[in-house]
Amino acid sequence: MKIQKRTIALCIYFGIMILPIYWMLNMSLRTNADILANFALYPADATFKNYIKIFTDPTWYMAYINAIIYVCMNTALSLAFALPAAYAFSRYNFLGDGQMFFWLLTNRMAPPAVFLLPYLQLYSTINLMDTHLAVALAHCLFNVPLAIWILEGFMSGIPKEIDETAFIDGYSFPRFFVTIFIPLIRAGVGVTAFFCFMFSWVELLFARTLTITEAKPITATMTRTISATGLDWGLMAAAGVLTIVPGALVIWFVRNYLAKGFALGRV
Amino acid sequence: MKKKSWLQHLKWLPNKPALVGDLMARIVLDKIVHSYDRNPDETSEYALKWINSIFENEGAYALLGPSGCGKTTLLNLISGLLTPSKGRVLYDDMDVTALPPEKRNIAQVFQFPVLYDTMTVYDNLAFPLRNRGVPASQVQTRVHEIAEILDLTAFLNKKAAGLTADAKQKVSLGRGLVRNDVAAILFDEPLTVIDPQLKWYLRQKIKLIHEELKLTLIYVTHDQVEALTFAEKVAVMHEGEIVQTGTPKELFENPEHTFVGYFIGSPGMNFLPCTVDGSVAHVNGTDIPLDKELADLGRKARGKLELGIRPMYLQLRSESAKGGVLVKVQAVEDLGSYKIVTVMLAGRPIRVKLEEGLPVPSHKARLLIPPQWIRLFADGLRVR
Amino acid sequence: MLPAFIIVAFSAIIPLMTVVNYSIQDIFGPGQAVYVGTEWFEVMLGNHRLHDALFRQFVFSGLVLLIEIPFGILIALAMPKQGWGVSACLVTLALPLVIPWNVIGTIWIIFTRPDIGLFGVGINSLDLLEVPFDHTAKPIYAWITLLAMEIWHWTPLVVLLAYAGLRAIPEAYYQAAKIDGASSWATFLYIQLPKMRGVLTIAVLLRWMDSFLIYAEPFALTGGGPGNTTTFLSIYLVKLATMQFDLGPAAAFSLIYFVIILLFSFIFYQALLNVGRGEKA
Repeated sequence: MKIQKRTIALCIYFGIMILPIYWMLNMSLRTNADILANFALYPADATFKNYIKIFTDPTWYMAYINAIIYVCMNTALSLAFALPAAYAFSRYNFLGDGQMFFWLLTNRMAPPAVFLLPYLQLYSTINLMDTHLAVALAHCLFNVPLAIWILEGFMSGIPKEIDETAFIDGYSFPRFFVTIFIPLIRAGVGVTAFFCFMFSWVELLFARTLTITEAKPITATMTRTISATGLDWGLMAAAGVLTIVPGALVIWFVRNYLAKGFALGRV
Repeated sequence: MKKKSWLQHLKWLPNKPALVGDLMARIVLDKIVHSYDRNPDETSEYALKWINSIFENEGAYALLGPSGCGKTTLLNLISGLLTPSKGRVLYDDMDVTALPPEKRNIAQVFQFPVLYDTMTVYDNLAFPLRNRGVPASQVQTRVHEIAEILDLTAFLNKKAAGLTADAKQKVSLGRGLVRNDVAAILFDEPLTVIDPQLKWYLRQKIKLIHEELKLTLIYVTHDQVEALTFAEKVAVMHEGEIVQTGTPKELFENPEHTFVGYFIGSPGMNFLPCTVDGSVAHVNGTDIPLDKELADLGRKARGKLELGIRPMYLQLRSESAKGGVLVKVQAVEDLGSYKIVTVMLAGRPIRVKLEEGLPVPSHKARLLIPPQWIRLFADGLRVR
Repeated sequence: MLPAFIIVAFSAIIPLMTVVNYSIQDIFGPGQAVYVGTEWFEVMLGNHRLHDALFRQFVFSGLVLLIEIPFGILIALAMPKQGWGVSACLVTLALPLVIPWNVIGTIWIIFTRPDIGLFGVGINSLDLLEVPFDHTAKPIYAWITLLAMEIWHWTPLVVLLAYAGLRAIPEAYYQAAKIDGASSWATFLYIQLPKMRGVLTIAVLLRWMDSFLIYAEPFALTGGGPGNTTTFLSIYLVKLATMQFDLGPAAAFSLIYFVIILLFSFIFYQALLNVGRGEKA
């Protein structure tokens, strides 16, 4: 039966996909010496030492907290900038809107290092170095265009008549936007939020360069696992496992929105 | 005439339809019960409760009812997109319940135009034929014929995605007509997205198709005007059941169910709870005279009695006139060629339809209820 | 009209940010090099190591796109439409996407080691290869490992986008296709694929840009080796910039880099926009 073949293939794919993650989990429960010396399918002497280190060492757990802070800020900021812009692209035809739409993505087309020096200079001058806001704003550079693209697609799927009816009914624009429009594009907001979260959470370059100690996030701290004896694999694996948790949570919350789907109009 | 030419082709085409020999489509629904649950039991919700119906060959039928009454479910059962939980679907005495839609000789047109966006109009129309392996020359003939009937010839080389909504619906319809083995077309509220001015034009086209091509038509709608002007027979549906099937006249003059009385007509039938005593119906202390036969039936009937009378049969006289029942005039709506007057009869609102020019009494009036148009209902069902 | 102006102003700011950034960049790049004119560009364009890295990069990105896009679509097609399976699939898919990229590189180092890693041990135990598998042993092994890692990491993105696009298609299209007697391949080609145009555009553009710019994962796994067989474009750029401490050539390089990505992005965008589209009737 067709259905059976499909499920089997899916299970195989997911099974294979889980393997590296399982391996990471495996590594996180073993000591460094153990990892480098033996090949073991499962940890024979499971130890939580790596996890304990992370939970008790302020440098580590603050790193998670810092990351969560600026990622949330970034998602909120990106959505705040992108929603009006996407609405403008969707509803209004202004000179060059087709071209500008494409050019939005150009932020993502250059090697990120190119933006580094300017941002470094900028933040030093206005005293924003080593703050969560700095990283959040920097990430907006590449998250906002993506957010506009995705949101615009959803918005174009909503007929303009709804806007017009609301205005005739006497809704002010802000009220219409918040109480009517956004609920209609819930799915798009959910998808966008996940992508903003994701790209901000895993970003390394800006996160490391723009922070020193106060706002140092987990991506940067993990590069500190190099010690005199080499890379601390177990610790890194444990840290890796813990980075998955927020991500899994976010997608859990938006899973219904993804299933509801996309209706991209313009592209 | 065009129809003769392609009807002649029927005999020569090697592509015989999967079923019926002569393309008759007498559709029989036998004891159909349907629930969307996988394994329904007594506690499940049933979309269709007990359907037994016959749709005769070459007839034009409407399935009329409010949203959620099960008409789309029923349509999808007829076309094969759904398999009923219980019961059978028969085409000309052959059991097709297990047959998938592409093997039945039906076509279906949906609420919004369903097209293959990347193809031209020509390719859209040709698609069902090509899937069945019809040779290219025959495809060309047929596509051009159908395009001619539907006024689509000018658009044949255009991409389907760029057309207006009504043109797109015509293409959807065309795809259904283009197959030689289609004996019935099912419509699911196809004019929903069409502009009002163009609705009339499309309705004419559909009627034309029915008359020329002699197909069975089943048309689902919630708009009684559409149903009543279009169909020869209308099946009124309510909460998963077909409560009455009949011609528009029958439904209007002799509703079998209070729902039919209420749904058909604008405004619908007036209903007054009553009891029957002697040759009179008592409504809250007021007496309304009945025909002798009706009074006899009414006395014998069991259950909650209601008296039904349509607004257009009622007449209003001034307060001082003789006969009729004393009522209080509550409100008057002037709709141009007629007026709707709401009066209170023994505390119950009654609507009266008066033609333009007739005088409307103010405050109090006498309501004349002609006994031959009174209908009695017991527990919602017509008393006969 | 006031809200309209505000909105347009907003939407103009973001592109403006882009322009501002590039002008700042110009100060460091050709701005400095204005004395020498286009010399840096000529040097860079003539650099044959750059050509090699560029070639490798194109092969890599090409393979990535050719494999990930169809593969992602296939998986999205196979995924369940409702029920608890959907949530399970979505969460599992998201996992590789939320791991920091340098971590992915380092974990895969262990993962593929022939002595202590599942992948390495697994392949070697099959005993099919002449030279035992080790991602540092032969260039082809390094490439395979990198590709495996890249596909593992990013296919879920394509799947998520494709899945969301598929769910948006109204049931009536499938119903009509059934009545028309369309095969599953025809249904895919004429209904599903066209209706996924939007999401697939985003997927293609994102994967193109990100794979062409890829840095952390390959650097962590192979450092560009063995030799320089996996030195992709950005790895070469960083090597150059950190070794020579000269901003001039690096800036010129960056600009060239940017232009290539821009060019191809534009080509992809226009192609996907216009495939199967026609004039308005």
